[in-house]
Order: sequence, then structure tokens, then C-alpha cells
Amino acid sequence: MSDTAVAPSGPLGKILTPSRASGLRTSGTTLASSLIAVLIALAISALMLFITGKDPVAAFTTMIDTAKNSDKLLEMMRRATPLIFSATAVAIGFKMNIFNIGVEGQYLFAALMAAEAGSHLSLPGPLHVAAILAVALISGAAWAGISAYLKVRKNVHEVISTIMLNYIALSFIQWIFNSFFRDDSVEGLNVKTTIIAESGWLPDIVEGRLNSMFIIALIVVAIFWVVVYRSRFGFKLRASGYNATAASTAGISATKMTVIALLLSGAVAGLVAMQSVLGETHAYGPSATPIQLGFAGITVALLGRNHPVGIVVAALLFGFLDSTSAQLQLAEVPNSIVKVMQAIIVLTVVIVNEAAVRRANVRTAERARAELAAGGAA
Amino acid sequence: MSTTTTSITLAKISMSPRKRLVMIGMSLVAIMSVTRLWTGFDNLTSSGTIGAALRLTVPIMLAGLAGLWAERVGILNIGIEGMMILGTWFGAFGAWKYGPWIGFLLAILGGSLGGLIHAVATIRFNIDQVISGVVMNLLAFFGVRYLSELVFVGQPQGGISQSPPQSFAIPKIDVPFLAGGPVGSSTTPDALGWLEERGWFIIGDLSGITRGLMSGLSLASLIAVLLVPLSAWVLWRTSFGLRLRSSGEAPEAAESLGVNVIRVRYIGLLISGGFAGLGGGFLSIISSSYYRQGQTAGRGFIGLATMIFGNWRPSGILGGAAVFGYSEGIKLVAGGSITGLFLFILIVSAIIGLISLLQRNIKRGSTAIGIGVIALIAYLTVTEVPESLTQSLPYVITLVVLATASQRLRPPAKAGVPYRPGGGH
Repeated sequence: MSDTAVAPSGPLGKILTPSRASGLRTSGTTLASSLIAVLIALAISALMLFITGKDPVAAFTTMIDTAKNSDKLLEMMRRATPLIFSATAVAIGFKMNIFNIGVEGQYLFAALMAAEAGSHLSLPGPLHVAAILAVALISGAAWAGISAYLKVRKNVHEVISTIMLNYIALSFIQWIFNSFFRDDSVEGLNVKTTIIAESGWLPDIVEGRLNSMFIIALIVVAIFWVVVYRSRFGFKLRASGYNATAASTAGISATKMTVIALLLSGAVAGLVAMQSVLGETHAYGPSATPIQLGFAGITVALLGRNHPVGIVVAALLFGFLDSTSAQLQLAEVPNSIVKVMQAIIVLTVVIVNEAAVRRANVRTAERARAELAAGGAA
Repeated sequence: MSTTTTSITLAKISMSPRKRLVMIGMSLVAIMSVTRLWTGFDNLTSSGTIGAALRLTVPIMLAGLAGLWAERVGILNIGIEGMMILGTWFGAFGAWKYGPWIGFLLAILGGSLGGLIHAVATIRFNIDQVISGVVMNLLAFFGVRYLSELVFVGQPQGGISQSPPQSFAIPKIDVPFLAGGPVGSSTTPDALGWLEERGWFIIGDLSGITRGLMSGLSLASLIAVLLVPLSAWVLWRTSFGLRLRSSGEAPEAAESLGVNVIRVRYIGLLISGGFAGLGGGFLSIISSSYYRQGQTAGRGFIGLATMIFGNWRPSGILGGAAVFGYSEGIKLVAGGSITGLFLFILIVSAIIGLISLLQRNIKRGSTAIGIGVIALIAYLTVTEVPESLTQSLPYVITLVVLATASQRLRPPAKAGVPYRPGGGH
């Protein structure tokens, strides 16, 4: 799949870079179409439950009841935290029309490196945490950097290179972990790297319920918003992502933007597992460090339409859905339905959105035609 | 190591005369033979290795064909992995309930269901093909988990991530006289086995390789391998195949000649899903006797990789899948002690390096010699290769091929480009 195989200004561009003039109306339709899509997805999920002999009403009542529990709301925020990082990482790529499927590998690599580095350091509190975060950022960016190099120097499409690098990361991590970084003094199956000293722990906001990483996630999203939507660099990035050729005539180098976007995306991806490393397990472990968050991030970014606010809302929604799974199991509804529901939501959101964009385009074309006809008559 | 294998694969896929191919093949066997005699590393060409290699090749090959059928009609299929997952689940379910052949049928149907969803999303609703593929993978992974919870939980040895074991198996064939299979009720001599045991130069190796393909051969493997020439024939020798390929190369032109591109693309994706599902079914019915979560282990993506550096051609896919199948097979049979393989790579890269230097192709020559030096160091120092590193071999090879030889690859011109009827004026 060379570069020619994927249209540079394909539907990816259309979905990801809405370019209509009236921002307010756009966000209105966006919200409406997203809501419709979520409703359709819920209907499909209900149908699935019904066909497989489960009571959809009971399932949904259980889920809504969960929301009344304040502990569950904290759990929702805790579960949303890594999703916010991961979705932001994906969204940064999308802004440059780059599909970073490699967040999975980037964050796991970063988690191992950060946890290992953190266990060797002894610094005063905030500095220790900052150093671990820095290692995570750099490691994530470094792993994404391989894809960036392959794309700009060797013309390898990032979709393929990031997929391959995900698997390479998994084996590479497994190898260095087992050969060098594993703490052999720990007995049992739950092997980890050496536990980070307490100065490198990030405190909880609510003891045992929510870590301050949630705040950092919101800060990162805010920075994302400022940089992408309010800075000169962000303008260049979006311009190049929307139409690289046009942007390059204005002196914006697509190569440079690609490299920066992938490095930034990888850096943010590096933070995905930091809630676990800094706030929960204080180490990296194959069974202790959460997996699959990179792919979940893609769905959250798509649902949130790569917009900062959208990402936070979508991450909270998915965090909420995840938090209901224990209750669902108690109500004898298989809790994997939650994950199925999330995938269906994303699929319908993308489809409904595509349909809405197409309808808007048709309408714009009709209006232009009408105006032309009127002008011709005059 | 990777580039060596790469150049071998490229030699196979570049449209060179048949003679050259045979010559390269024979010289590889000869080098393998020398290495085997030198190191006493018999597994290099033993029938056990080749048999295992074949079993491991088939699912990757089917995944590659799944990619081929999708991209030839103009749709990228990142969702092969998901469609394979559907195949493993439905295949295991069918084989557990109704026997292996029904299992395969359900596996194909399950994969096609995935293909249909991908088709509706990308053709009917025109959403981005990569996005649809990614979502497909997630949907399949969690979808079968949901189904397992409904169907397998509570069954003996079944659970949320595992199906109950199947009690019937597909018959395996030993070819009579050559690999000692029975004729009627009487046994026949195992001629190739006898030759293999003697271990003579080249003859022993050829016997080992042929015997590996002829003994314990599952009927399913045989059928699966025949799907490669069948795909090639349908795609390149029939008018239906021409319509399929034209939808991927120039859909507007095809439309102007009366081809129903939309319908053709639907068919292509259904077949693609069917192939992926069959590959999944092979994993849960032949490679093991039950469904297990994570059974596909990225083979859908390896298949995608073989399709890319098999240059979107069935023969290239078979070659690429065989390279991966072989490297997995030798690992399985020989454990981590594959030092003989390093020597083999060393000899091959030294020869390629010398020839290239004689032809004044300095760049290729020095690369080959560099790889030879690495192989030499590995041969002298490494006693056991960590499993976790060899696992990533297919992915590394793919990236190296894409980075070094992408000019020689030719994907279908319009794969990934959305299409609307009547849009090409």
C-alpha cells in the first residue's frame, strides 16, 4: 500500500477537518448527528440483546442506575483518563491527515521505559514524577518517530508502519522486560519492574478512587486545543493536513508537519499508561499495565470528532459505559455488550457524520447553482 | 537477516523467467543441504519442519488472499484480523456442534458477515476504509466474547475466552509408497522417509521437504493451498475476474463499459471475508481443536503484510506466507536453537553480496555483506534466540521490504479511493 493507495484528501480529510464557515451551526449539526448516531447504536445494541435472549430494558436500567452512584462517577473519570490521552494522540495525527494506529505500541513502550527509568531515579517528589513523565513523552515520541522516518524518507504509509510497529513493540517490550527489567525478587505470576520509590508517585485526588492524572489529562487536552486551534503552528498543521499541496505553496512543508505531528502524537500517547505507572501499580507489568487502550483511543477520537471538548465528552461516555460492566454482570447481562456497544456507536457516528457531510455538500452545491443562475439572469 | 529473505522473495515475485526461479530454488536447497551437513542441524529441511511450516503457512496465506480479493476490487481491508476472529469463533462453534466440515462452512459465513459489514460501511455509506477496518477488528474481538459468554460459558471446558473442544477431526493423508500411507488395509513403504534418514547431500533434503508435504497432510490444507491457483485463475483468466480487477484499477472506466462496480465490490468483500473466515476456521479446527481468545495472534496483519510484499499477486502471497510459515515452523520444531539458520543466512547473503559486487551493484552488495556479518556474529555468539524477538520477524521484514523495495511494488491503482457511481465525468 504505497502513498497512492490512500487518497490524500479522501473521506478522512472530510471527516477530520470540517471546513465550513459557520462554526456555530456546524457544531450544532455535529452534536445533533452524534446524538442521533448514539441513539441508533443503542437501538442496535438493544436489538442484539433482545435477539440473544437478554432483556434490553433491564440492561439499560442497570446502566442508568449506575450513574446515580457517586463512586461510579469517580470510576468513570478514572477510566476516562487514559482514553483522553490516547484519543488526543490519535486526534493530533488526524489533524495532519495521519492515521496513527500505533498508539498501542507507543504507549506500552513508553510505559515500560518510564517505569524502569523511574525505579532507578531518586529525586525529590515533583521532580521525580516530572522526570518519569518526561521519559514517557520521549519514549512515546521515539517509537512514533520510526513511523515518521519511514513515512517521510521511505514513503511507507503510516497505517501499515504503525500496525507493524505495534506488533514489533509487543515482542520488543516482552524481550527487554524478561531479559533486563523484570524484578526477579517478586514471586508469582504478577511480575513487574522494580516498584518506583514513593517520591515518584502521583497523589490521588480522591483516595483510592481518582488520581491526579485526570487533571493532567484535562491540561493536555487544553494545550491541544490552544496549540491546534489557536496557534500559528496549529493553523499550519491543519492547513497541511487538509490539503498538503495547497499548503506547501504557502511555504508550509508537509514533511516537517508530518514529522512534528507524529512525534507529538507519540509523545501524548506515551502518557496513556501513566495513570497506572504513577498512580496505581507504580511499575510496569505485562498483566498489571492495561492494554488495548490505543485502539480504544481511536474510537474515542472518532466519536469526539477530534475536537478537544468532543474527546473529553466521548472519553467520559466510554468511561461510564466501562464502569457499568460490573453491575451488568450482576444483572446477568454479559458485560462484553459494553465493548460491542462502543464499537457500534463509533461505526454509526462515522456513518451518520459522513451522510451529514455529504448532505451539507449537496446543499452548498445547490445553493451555489441557484446563486449562479440568479446572477446569470441579472 | 530480514533483507536476505526479502531479496529471495523479491526474486520470486519479480516476473523473472520460470527457469531462473527453479535455479534459485535449487541453489537454496543446495545451500541448505551444505549447512545441514556442516552443522548437523537436521531440522533445516526435515519433514517435521516442513509439515509444521505448511500448517502455519495456510492461515497466513488465506489472510493474504483475503487482502488480495478486497484490494483488487478497490477496498482496503484492515479488518482481516477481525474477520479471522469471526472465523475462529464460528468455525469452532460449528465444528463442536456439527462436525468439522460444517465448522468450515460457518467459519466462511462468519468471515463473510464481517466482509458484509465492512462493505456496507465503506461502499454503501462511503466511510473511510481504514476506519471501518479498525472498528471491524474491535467489533469482532468483543462480539465473539459476547457470544462466548452466551454459548460457551457453562459448557464442559468452555468459558468466556474458550470453546469446548471438538470431538471430530478432518482426516489426514499420508501419500502411499512415498510417505508410507496405507493402501486399503495394507501398509506401503515410506520411500521418502527412508531417503530422508540417509541424509545424503541434496537428495536427503529434497526427500525431507517432499515428505513434509505428503505425510500427515490435512485435507483442509490441501484444499486451502489449491485456493491460490484458483484465485489466480478467477482473477486473471475469467471475465468475472477482469471486472473485479477493473473495479480496483479504474472503476470509472469499468462503469463506462457497463460493469456494476458497486455489486462487484460487494462480491469482492464477501469473498475476502470468506477467505479470512476460512483462515480463522483453519486455526480453530485444524491447528487446534477449540476456539481460544487471541488465537489469530495478528495473523490477519501478517497476511496483509504478505499481500503487500507479494505484490498483490497470489503467487507472491503464497511465497511470503511460506517464508513466515517456515520460520515459525522451524522455531516450533527446533525450539530456540536455530543457529543453523544463521549459517544458512550467512552463506546466502555472502553469495548474493559477491554476485552483486561483481555486477558493481555496490549498494546491494554491501547490504548483503553487512547482513552476512551480522549473521556470522549471531552464529558465533547466540545460542538461543529469544522467542519474543523471532515473533516480530514478519513485521520487521514487511517494513524493510516497504522501505527498500516499494518502487517495485504495484498496488491496485484505486485501492482505498472511495467511489460513487456516476462520479467520473
